[in-house]
Amino acid sequence: MLKLKVNEIDIEVEEGLTVLQACEQAGVEIPRFCYHEKLSIAGNCRMCLVEIEKSPKPIASCAMPATEGMNIKTNTSKVEKARKGVMEFLLANHPLDCPVCDQGGECDLQDQSMFYGIDKSRYKENKRYVPEKYMGPLIKTQMTRCIHCTRCIRFATEVAGVPELGAIGRGEDMQITTYLEKSMESELSANVIDLCPVGALTSKPYVFEARPWELKKTETIDVMDAVGSNIRVDTYGWEVKRILPRINEDINEEWISDKSRYACDGLQNQRLDIPYIKKDGIFEKSSWEEAYEIISKKIYSTSSDEIAGLTGDLTNMETLFITKEFFSKTIKSSNLDSRAEHIFVNNDERSNYLFNSTINAIEESDFILLVGSNPRYEATILNARIRKSYLKNNTEIYSIGDLGNLTYPYTVLKNTTEIIKEIIEDKHEVSNKIKNSKKPIIIVGQSVLKLDSANYIIEKIKEYLKYNNKINNEWNAFNILSNNASTVGSYDLNILSSKEKNNKVLNGIENNKFKILFLLGLDDINFKKNNEFIVYIGSHGDKGAEISDVILPGAAYTEQDGFFTNLEGKIQKAYKASYPPGEAKEDWLILNELASKIKSKKLYKNKDELEKSMMNYLKLTNNEKNKKNFENFRFVNEKIILNEIDYYYSNVIARSSKTMSRCRQEKMKLKETGTEG
Amino acid sequence: MSIKKISKDQPKDFVFSEKNLELAEKILAKYPKDKKQSGVMALLYLTQRQNDNWIPLAAMKYIAKFLEMPYIKVFEVATFYSMYNLTPVGKHFIQICTTTPCMLRGAYKLVDICKRKISDDQNILSKDKSCSWTEVECLGACVNAPMMQINDDYYEDLDEKTAEKIIDQILNGIKPKPGSYRGRINSEPENNRQTLMDLKNA
Repeated sequence: MLKLKVNEIDIEVEEGLTVLQACEQAGVEIPRFCYHEKLSIAGNCRMCLVEIEKSPKPIASCAMPATEGMNIKTNTSKVEKARKGVMEFLLANHPLDCPVCDQGGECDLQDQSMFYGIDKSRYKENKRYVPEKYMGPLIKTQMTRCIHCTRCIRFATEVAGVPELGAIGRGEDMQITTYLEKSMESELSANVIDLCPVGALTSKPYVFEARPWELKKTETIDVMDAVGSNIRVDTYGWEVKRILPRINEDINEEWISDKSRYACDGLQNQRLDIPYIKKDGIFEKSSWEEAYEIISKKIYSTSSDEIAGLTGDLTNMETLFITKEFFSKTIKSSNLDSRAEHIFVNNDERSNYLFNSTINAIEESDFILLVGSNPRYEATILNARIRKSYLKNNTEIYSIGDLGNLTYPYTVLKNTTEIIKEIIEDKHEVSNKIKNSKKPIIIVGQSVLKLDSANYIIEKIKEYLKYNNKINNEWNAFNILSNNASTVGSYDLNILSSKEKNNKVLNGIENNKFKILFLLGLDDINFKKNNEFIVYIGSHGDKGAEISDVILPGAAYTEQDGFFTNLEGKIQKAYKASYPPGEAKEDWLILNELASKIKSKKLYKNKDELEKSMMNYLKLTNNEKNKKNFENFRFVNEKIILNEIDYYYSNVIARSSKTMSRCRQEKMKLKETGTEG
Repeated sequence: MSIKKISKDQPKDFVFSEKNLELAEKILAKYPKDKKQSGVMALLYLTQRQNDNWIPLAAMKYIAKFLEMPYIKVFEVATFYSMYNLTPVGKHFIQICTTTPCMLRGAYKLVDICKRKISDDQNILSKDKSCSWTEVECLGACVNAPMMQINDDYYEDLDEKTAEKIIDQILNGIKPKPGSYRGRINSEPENNRQTLMDLKNA
């Protein structure tokens, strides 16, 4: 510990901190532009100047290590003068166009010049003009406003791992740009907008939409992937205007992926706002009453084992739970599943389908093996953590199958199950690496769970890791990377029609065994429709709604409270930020009303009761689960074919989003011209 | 000075000549294997030498691949230093120093001559495309101000008359004599030495 003084107050700080961090611990605020705690230190904005005793000049506190006995002063007239001077230089070439700038109201430069600057400028010369740069469909540039803090360059190079941004020219002519104004090729690119302390990089889809003080802010959870990033939804009236990240060091730090941020305009398009009933192949608007009537009549005339349901990828846990109750109590059918694919799952133990090492602990890892997963597209934020780990510990990363650019170097192994068998049987070089590693991480993707030998692979890897003491009380090296926000929640709630890989519901659907089919926000399903009566409950008119006979309009994730369990098993609540459009209702309410129509008794009195009952169920099942060992391991030597992921089109909201379409087009264009990578 | 313009006419490919490839390997041998990027400036200069005194985009890409570094990093270096030309220049490339000492001794008169004789604008070549000029910052020959550099040679102690003569010679394909145009050797005092008389080789 170091003892030092900040403004005559004695404090003790850890070693290895900078003067700025020490001052922060002492509760003294220091203005800054270029310094950002998640990025490397640049020290080029000079805003953080402080006075240190025995030093003749003011010192940039962000780049100065704190040392024993330092006497730091931040409130002297010298510091004040220095700040004013720096501020005046920064504003010399800044256009001062705050009234037409999107950053206005949440601009570091604006705030700090109010606080630390002077009220007029002595700069009489012409201001510099910098032409706008093209940085892709998400980032709007107005480079005249740039103060060259280089945060964006450091973010792109360090966190995103795409060194495409740079500063060209020098001195007054310095300009921030991408190489030949190509769009930035990263799924994290829009974070530079948050990082930019001025209005040089602003959000293109949000341009001139609203002022920050007009927006209602709701802190909630993202559902675009299974990571469960913490977000803040900003709404203006009914409309979701933008989505920003919220700091959660355990999950997303302070970044979110472009999809989480910009798929929100899909909440306005393709929405289902009124119940529809298909008559002679054409959808007709109807009332809720009529729609319920038709469904309940159909249910009365059908035997319960001919009714089945599938839940979707964005469904919250309350809805999942009430669907389960609806099926078991109202319809008395066990044909409910959450898997729209033939995927292996063994939910006897929670650790069988979780990312057990936790996202935060990836940073501590020294060895990572990817088995049939592409974290860059499946869980972008998680991929950024792997990159962080690589930068921090020089982590060795192996992947079964070539995944293209993951933003960090990795060794490619052949994409067959044979390799996994070799590793498990200690016949492969990777086996030794796993054994010698202190904190290895094995990430198994959804593509593996689809294989015939999924059972064998999962159980054997676990057995192998247990044998080598890589699964113990402190560390669990076995990880499953789920792709959807609802996956872990539905396994927790046991929404499975049958164990292991066998999926009774899906088999039945494919063989046209069912007469009534409930699709709860499920769109990614391929089967040949025969004579089924399909009820679609969901928010968007997509593939699911198209094949259905009755559409019941539901709410999207920003329009209802709901729990989501992320891939690590953390349960988080998403809050209602706006309202379902038109006559659409919250999902749980639809099922509750439908149940009362059929059985003339509501399943739950209100949402609170549902929530309590669900929490009780979760507690009970977690204690109850009895472990069962599988005997029928089957090994098949097969190729692990990675799921094609259409990153910008992975769910209904993203598919309805114009911004996502633009991003997708941009990416295809890059692929065509071969300038990718 | 403003940001450097990138030429619109770009060659499609660029590769080092065999001789330069050898030289490049020699340059890289000076640095540790994982710090190859350190050689970027030397390689850019080699490129400029090979490619008629300017660096095309293709060459920057080539160097970036050669040194395993991002394109933008090479681009940053190339745009930062005024020594690198990113548009074609004349076979005779005249650089006139206009930093303070030269300016005080009449560098802008030389600029006027160039404007009159070669081209109005720095980025434009002369009519026969053989010659171009540019203003540059200090070339380190302040004692012999004003001065200009033509390709690899310095022409010093100039005035309007001598400068005009030099440029005329160049435009007619004659190589003028480099060095001082007031009869000095290097930057020695004009009327012999006045100080440090007791030292022989001062």
